[in-house]
Amino acid sequence: MSKFRVVHYINQYFGQIGGEEKANIPPSCKEGPVGPGMAFKAALGEEAEIVATIICGDSWFAENIDEAKATVVKMIAQHKPDLVITGPAFNAGRYGTACGAVAEAVSQELNVPVISGMYPENPGAEMFRRFALIVETGDNAAAMRKAVPAMGKLALKVLHGEPLGTPKEEGYISRGIRQNYFAEERGSKRSVNMLVAKLNGEEYHTEYPMPHFDRVEPNPAVADITKAKIALVTSGGIVPKGNPDHIESSSASKYGKYDIEGVTDLTPDTHQTAHGGYDPVYANKDADRVLPVDVLRELEKEGKIGSLHRYYYATVGNGTAVANAKRYAEEIAAELKSDGVDAVILTST
Amino acid sequence: MVHMCTIVPISLTVGANRIVPTVAIPHPLGNPELPFEDEKALRRRLVSKALHALSTEVDGQKVFED
Repeated sequence: MSKFRVVHYINQYFGQIGGEEKANIPPSCKEGPVGPGMAFKAALGEEAEIVATIICGDSWFAENIDEAKATVVKMIAQHKPDLVITGPAFNAGRYGTACGAVAEAVSQELNVPVISGMYPENPGAEMFRRFALIVETGDNAAAMRKAVPAMGKLALKVLHGEPLGTPKEEGYISRGIRQNYFAEERGSKRSVNMLVAKLNGEEYHTEYPMPHFDRVEPNPAVADITKAKIALVTSGGIVPKGNPDHIESSSASKYGKYDIEGVTDLTPDTHQTAHGGYDPVYANKDADRVLPVDVLRELEKEGKIGSLHRYYYATVGNGTAVANAKRYAEEIAAELKSDGVDAVILTST
Repeated sequence: MVHMCTIVPISLTVGANRIVPTVAIPHPLGNPELPFEDEKALRRRLVSKALHALSTEVDGQKVFED
């Protein structure tokens, strides 16, 4: 049987071209293994070989990300790999991001599996964990000796099509994939067992870890609310009647931005909710119950606030992926800032 | 930013810093059982509380109860 073909992606440093002064070199391709590829050669043994190594400067990749991805994927595709290895990148942010971006492009465009290695706090791990089996490594290159055998072992398992265990069993960072299986004990028993273990101070493993949420420093107080421009944002799905942007009733893939200039009251004829996660009757009758435009107009008229911002933003917060919600928030916040909004009232259902 | 919501523990979990508790999930800023004018007065009280929260310095997360 012929050997499995593996292509390896590394940066200029591990590619033995140079350090930071060479971080701006464009991608190049060498036949066979280079640098850490030599260690992978040993870890992969007789069953697989690194047929080519793609080397790219970390800065060049970061500054030309679309071109970098396209070029690297093209080089990788020419070598017809069965599997691609990127890194390991340890806790190097630009390198990890590049390794992740290559993994994304390779898995999406070439449909070839990717193994990588990163320290869990490398931003590339959080951004691209869906696209690769990212082995959890130490935070610097001293961890290479441990990382390479672990990545090599996982690579061979994938190449042989062997079923994978849980991220914990296999040592890779969770891709966020849920897989059905038949458990020996029913859920109620398992959860009580966990509770008993917890009460006894014993080790237990949750079956559904909570996503990680950011913490942000509170903004300073608004100095004079009677001069402030205030915007409304809601996850309660309030949209103009007919839901013109077709915001989904759950797992929303978008948000809407709606003009309320001159609107003093939301009525059943003008607005409704698109949210599928609560009884819509009350919001459809009077959307001010979720998005208080009517009283804010009164307060504006009375000079209790400076003004109500001309646009409000809405999405449906029902099973919405945290990553999507984060992206909406970043985009909305950027617009609100450039529109000179001083404060935001966010309403949730 | 002030977060007006009914399920305060969720707001605390996701990291809002200024939180104003509201009436109910399907009508956070209203109560359909009240006559319209009373309901609107309730909404105004809640929004005024949110404006007060925005005007208040906070050190970490704070729930603005009555």
